Amino acid sequence: MKLYIRGTGNISPQNTLGPSSLPSELAEYNTNRLQSIEPDYSKLIDVKLIRRMSRVIKMGVAASLHCLQEAGIENPDAIITGTAYGCLEDTGLFLQKMVQNKEEMLTPTAFIQSTHNTIGAQIALLLKCNGYNNTFVHRGFSFETALMDAMMLLQEKTANNVLIGGVDEITDFSFEITSRFGLFKKSIDSNLNLFSTPSKGSIAGEGASFFLLCNQSSPKDYAALDAVTTFYKPSDNKEVEENIREFLNEQSLLPMDVDILLCGRSGDDKGDKIYDHVQNTIFKQVPAINYKHLCGEYPTSSAFALWLASALVKNQSLPPVFPNPEKKRIHRILIYNHYQMIHHSLMLVSAC
Amino acid sequence: MNDRVYIAGVGIISAIGNNTAETLRAFENETPGIGPITTLNTIHAGILPVAEVKRSNDELATLTGLPANISRTALLSMMAAKEAWQDAGVNNIKGFRTGFVSANTVGGMDKTEEFFAEFLRTSKKGGRLANVVHHECGSVTELVADQLGIKNLVTTISTACSSSANSIFFGARLIKHGKLDIVIAGGTDALTKFTLNGFNTLQILDNKPCTPFDENRNGLNLGEGAGYVVLVSEKVANVLPKDCYCTLSGYSNANDAHHQTASSPDGNGSFLAMKNALYQSGLQPADIDYINLHGTGTANNDISEGTAIQRLFDPNYPKMSSTKSFTGHTLGASGGMEAVFAALSIRHGLIFPNLRLTTKMKALPFTPEKNFLKEQQVRHVLSNSFGFGGNCSSLIFSTL
Repeated sequence: MKLYIRGTGNISPQNTLGPSSLPSELAEYNTNRLQSIEPDYSKLIDVKLIRRMSRVIKMGVAASLHCLQEAGIENPDAIITGTAYGCLEDTGLFLQKMVQNKEEMLTPTAFIQSTHNTIGAQIALLLKCNGYNNTFVHRGFSFETALMDAMMLLQEKTANNVLIGGVDEITDFSFEITSRFGLFKKSIDSNLNLFSTPSKGSIAGEGASFFLLCNQSSPKDYAALDAVTTFYKPSDNKEVEENIREFLNEQSLLPMDVDILLCGRSGDDKGDKIYDHVQNTIFKQVPAINYKHLCGEYPTSSAFALWLASALVKNQSLPPVFPNPEKKRIHRILIYNHYQMIHHSLMLVSAC
Repeated sequence: MNDRVYIAGVGIISAIGNNTAETLRAFENETPGIGPITTLNTIHAGILPVAEVKRSNDELATLTGLPANISRTALLSMMAAKEAWQDAGVNNIKGFRTGFVSANTVGGMDKTEEFFAEFLRTSKKGGRLANVVHHECGSVTELVADQLGIKNLVTTISTACSSSANSIFFGARLIKHGKLDIVIAGGTDALTKFTLNGFNTLQILDNKPCTPFDENRNGLNLGEGAGYVVLVSEKVANVLPKDCYCTLSGYSNANDAHHQTASSPDGNGSFLAMKNALYQSGLQPADIDYINLHGTGTANNDISEGTAIQRLFDPNYPKMSSTKSFTGHTLGASGGMEAVFAALSIRHGLIFPNLRLTTKMKALPFTPEKNFLKEQQVRHVLSNSFGFGGNCSSLIFSTL
């Protein structure tokens, strides 16, 4: 069953909220921490409410509201969020106060806003949306399993349209800690050259990418979302290959039917080997492009990839930053991403 | 789509027992698990009662085969998931696709708290990374999935206090859509200083054992534990060596859209969740024999939930009770634990008592069941789970 992406809202380290394509002027960073370019929130959210919201809540809510506006839907039938880390800023704030004040003189605000479902709940509260509301919090599968839930709701006709998004933030605390795990490169010259000299680690990223997914097509649609799957801790390259072939098989497709492979290459030499492998085997004939130099690496970055794929299909053009594959109509984009070599996922996007 | 989803196995650990048999005994003996804090190193010890699991991390590690230095949330999860898995007897069946859909609210926060004190003391340079490596909710789930050897689908849901009702709900739909054949679904949460202090700032913790649905109720007691059910497709149910407990016949999720932490006075979200779950199961309110209430014991929840029940069931009320009077409120685990209670209620014909209820709520025309009842005809059980963020979910379990 084909499902349709009618609207999007994307806040990322690139200037992506507003235009329905990647701007030709890309934001360049020379640090290993890419932060979202935040819009003037007062254009989307009541100023009184903005003051109470943490950054991740603002990003999630603003991306959602923009997405609904674009789709021309006031109140969706369901709201589903994927977030690996949830509301880190409020979690860190409450933890810090709790430790420093030795559990005394604490206030509830940060605690209330620390729960992982806060973003989905705030959107429901703003819209007075009584519909289905769910939040998936599974690391590199957070967005993908949220998407599976949305697709099932639409197939069941429990909902005819679903607001679905992936959102994660970096905070000073989380950046310090994840850096100590060796997830990021010590320094970089430019995010735009992320793939030129492979070395250990990636660059930290964040963002909020929301979609209005419908079971009926409309003239506004960006693209169709045909399928999504996850595979957990594949034991070797062969298992990855098998999973990809099986996924395409289920869609009655051959690798050559894919026009563009959108890879989750992160600049980490070890983690990127699997992309080399699938490009040199299954997808030898298929041009491949990357996206993490634009948004950085984070567990729900695949939501950014879905936005990019949708925009490319809608606009039928490849922005100049990408190596120019043979010029033809883009029918299908396959997104293949993995997070920390643990969470692998595939999403198939096609032209309407 | 496949029609029916069966409950083939159950597993539970809470303050009233380390397994299903101990849990049933505690219900029959009317022995609650609520008492003074002994495990958490907190200033609230001796003041706020909680419902602790009576096993140390070392003991849980020995019982589960997991390391003792990981989050207690993962250790509790493994205890209950393993019991459910063994109870279902599906582990030797080859050729089926199996998933693990878990839920929790704060991941490995118990260990993050240890890390954070050191992290702040050393100007963000110190703190043992081993204590924060499983901070993420999903990481806790993976520790257990890996130990169980499940990898076809692994995910985690977090919608505050309705988290594990939603994981059961999602697991059942994965089976109905033919994506999986078997799903272990439920949730887990250990007591942490983070949640204890958080709820304390909201001033909704009772400093005595809680009294859900009592006119003079004064808040909730936090608890810890884990509860899982093994959901199977009809195809799997047919080849199992023994009967399943019941089916999951209805489920619904709605949002109250009223306030970040408080429930609406008319219980709109919970009303919608119950009403739609009934609609989905094809049942009438009169078909429900027992309601396992969300029943936290806070002034706000109980009147909101009670009003929603009145709107839907008046004037014929089924038996109902809040088992949180035994287990405390186990947050992300509560929906999973209470699903286990529903399955046991149907299999053994039991109604669990609502303890310490002395004064009927004036605003409501009904009173929950105060006694442990055996040999009841329990065909359909409605289980409610409502949470912060307005997340309301109801599940219906039905006899085979």
